[in-house]
Amino acid sequence: MSFERIREKLSILADAAKYDVSCASSGGKRSNSNKGLGNNTGMGICHSYTEDGRCVSLLKILLTNHCIYDCAYCVTRKSNDIQRAAFKIQEVVDLTINFYRRNYIEGLFLSSGIFKNSDFTMERLIAVAKKLRLEENFNGYIHLKSIPGASDELMREAGLYADRLSVNIEIPTVSGLKLLAPDKKHEDFIKPMQKVKNEIIQYKSERKIIKSTPRYAPAGQSTQMIIGATGESDRDIMYSATYYYKQFNMRRVYYSGYIPVLPDNRLPSLGTEVPILRENRLYQTDWLLRFYGFSVHEILNDSHKNLDLDIDPKLSWALRNLDLFPIDINTAEKQMLSRVPGIGMQSVSKILQARKFRKLDWTHLKAIGIALNRAQYFITCNSKEFYRKEFSPLTLKNKILKTSKSKYNTYFNNQLSLFS
Amino acid sequence: MNPQTIIIYDGSFDGFLCSIFMIYEQKISDAIIRKESDTNNQLFTITEHVITEKHKANRVWKGVKLKTTRKEQQDFFKVFLSEIKGVENTLLNYLKNVFIKKKGGNIDFSNTDILKMSQVSKMVEREKHRMEAFVRFQLTTDSIYTATVEPDFNVLPLIIFHFKDRYADQKWLIYDLKRSYGIYYDLKTVQIITIDDFSRRNTKISPEKLSSSELEFQMLWTTYFNHVNIKSRKNNKLHKQHLPKRYWKYLTEKNTTL
Repeated sequence: MSFERIREKLSILADAAKYDVSCASSGGKRSNSNKGLGNNTGMGICHSYTEDGRCVSLLKILLTNHCIYDCAYCVTRKSNDIQRAAFKIQEVVDLTINFYRRNYIEGLFLSSGIFKNSDFTMERLIAVAKKLRLEENFNGYIHLKSIPGASDELMREAGLYADRLSVNIEIPTVSGLKLLAPDKKHEDFIKPMQKVKNEIIQYKSERKIIKSTPRYAPAGQSTQMIIGATGESDRDIMYSATYYYKQFNMRRVYYSGYIPVLPDNRLPSLGTEVPILRENRLYQTDWLLRFYGFSVHEILNDSHKNLDLDIDPKLSWALRNLDLFPIDINTAEKQMLSRVPGIGMQSVSKILQARKFRKLDWTHLKAIGIALNRAQYFITCNSKEFYRKEFSPLTLKNKILKTSKSKYNTYFNNQLSLFS
Repeated sequence: MNPQTIIIYDGSFDGFLCSIFMIYEQKISDAIIRKESDTNNQLFTITEHVITEKHKANRVWKGVKLKTTRKEQQDFFKVFLSEIKGVENTLLNYLKNVFIKKKGGNIDFSNTDILKMSQVSKMVEREKHRMEAFVRFQLTTDSIYTATVEPDFNVLPLIIFHFKDRYADQKWLIYDLKRSYGIYYDLKTVQIITIDDFSRRNTKISPEKLSSSELEFQMLWTTYFNHVNIKSRKNNKLHKQHLPKRYWKYLTEKNTTL
């Protein structure tokens, strides 16, 4: 192969794929039988990190950036005047194998612009995965993009070779989608998701009866939303995220702060800062929903449509529900312990273990590693010293902000000075 | 008062277990275990040299196995591989504790030796994981995928299975320049080997030994690495936190100029 040409294509098609944030390489389990290449233990490895601090674990590229659609938020939209390129199927296979053999990557993340039509594109993606699995005996990780509108048969085949499938919903609301991607229909996104979900359930139940049933997309499916491109509130975003988690058994929903790449009067202007802090708060909320037992309407509702930027969503919830506190560390239930600001799930399980042996006091809690600067106002323990004074939510918030140092300080310094 | 006994062993794990054997056999009460390589003579001490014998080592390890869980045995080995100065004595104290207890006694993290053990084994585990991530193979003319590394701890014994399972159909060699030995897979088994060509001063594999397309693939990888970066999200602190500078020397993407 001509390396010069491949390099040119690689730079164009990696550039176009990088706005997809998913980089997970975990969850797929394929052990190396018959001396093939690659062994997936189910644990992901980040092989490198780019200068923006993001992990590189997969070769993340587009098959082509030719596209028939004209979505306003997308770099590869039809009307954008950029260099176009397309990989041949064999080229992607060779790149993946050669990178994998040198321990650069965990596998392949293949997406594509839509050329001709959905099925034509999806067929090409599947062909790459099939070739890797059957001809190269490759057991590494493969993440394929489900092309909106692809047929059910193709979606079924895709899951047999890929570890994970994903469709990016991109715009959290139907109205936003209509505005920015007028040629795409919401149903086109939903259909492949529904199909993948059903297949996973079906293959799983068949596997229980017949052991030799092949695995179908063992790492499940995921999706991604762009944050800050249209005017939706955090509530809109998290409500749709919850919908996708529940409705389609998503493994992950990713939130991607919009990076202005094109001038368009429907979108934030070029040079607008990437909403990194907002993105972070959304991920925190996502974690609270998935691991801490919160339900979405507790954190975001009609009277509280957006997340606070200066404090984390859990602290914000606690400040709105001060009547539930303080709680006793030595008797409180797990569900309530996990709701205390400054106590993470690891600390929760340590507390539950440790309090079997003795009543815990402040020194124990400190050794366990909870963030006392926040937690101290919300708990009592085996000590006579605790905050008896009733603070108003606002004074408490300021008290906590004074003693904490956030890496995002530069973002909200101006807001703080209003209060002090 | 009994003088302190310094027990000197050859630096191998078996040698270390034999020192434990000696301490118990000769009932030495105040013992310090040291490697041959970092001894210095002290006044008023007795020095004993241990001869490494496989059957003695096996007896001690059998005893350890009886009293510990698999996880504890792994941690024990990892802590030994940390090569932190004086770690042998932490391990000795830990074993003394283990031998008087029944199996599966509660993990008491208020015991300093136990706490130290768990902390150090975590450090070694982290280094192991980093090696699984940061090893960069280069294909040589004799079709061996070769990588050089300088891990903080002696983790090569821990990563053998990972690489053997993953790269079952290619010959590979991972060479530890700091400790001057490597692990080599010949498509059947993994052997420990030493090569004179490598030294800490000469960390690079000379270009004439690389296969014809090797540099092209390094170039492709670096191109990819540079192009997945999103400039408007630059975060150097996070970058260095995940990818500490001391590893850069061996990372293809940090060394290839386009």
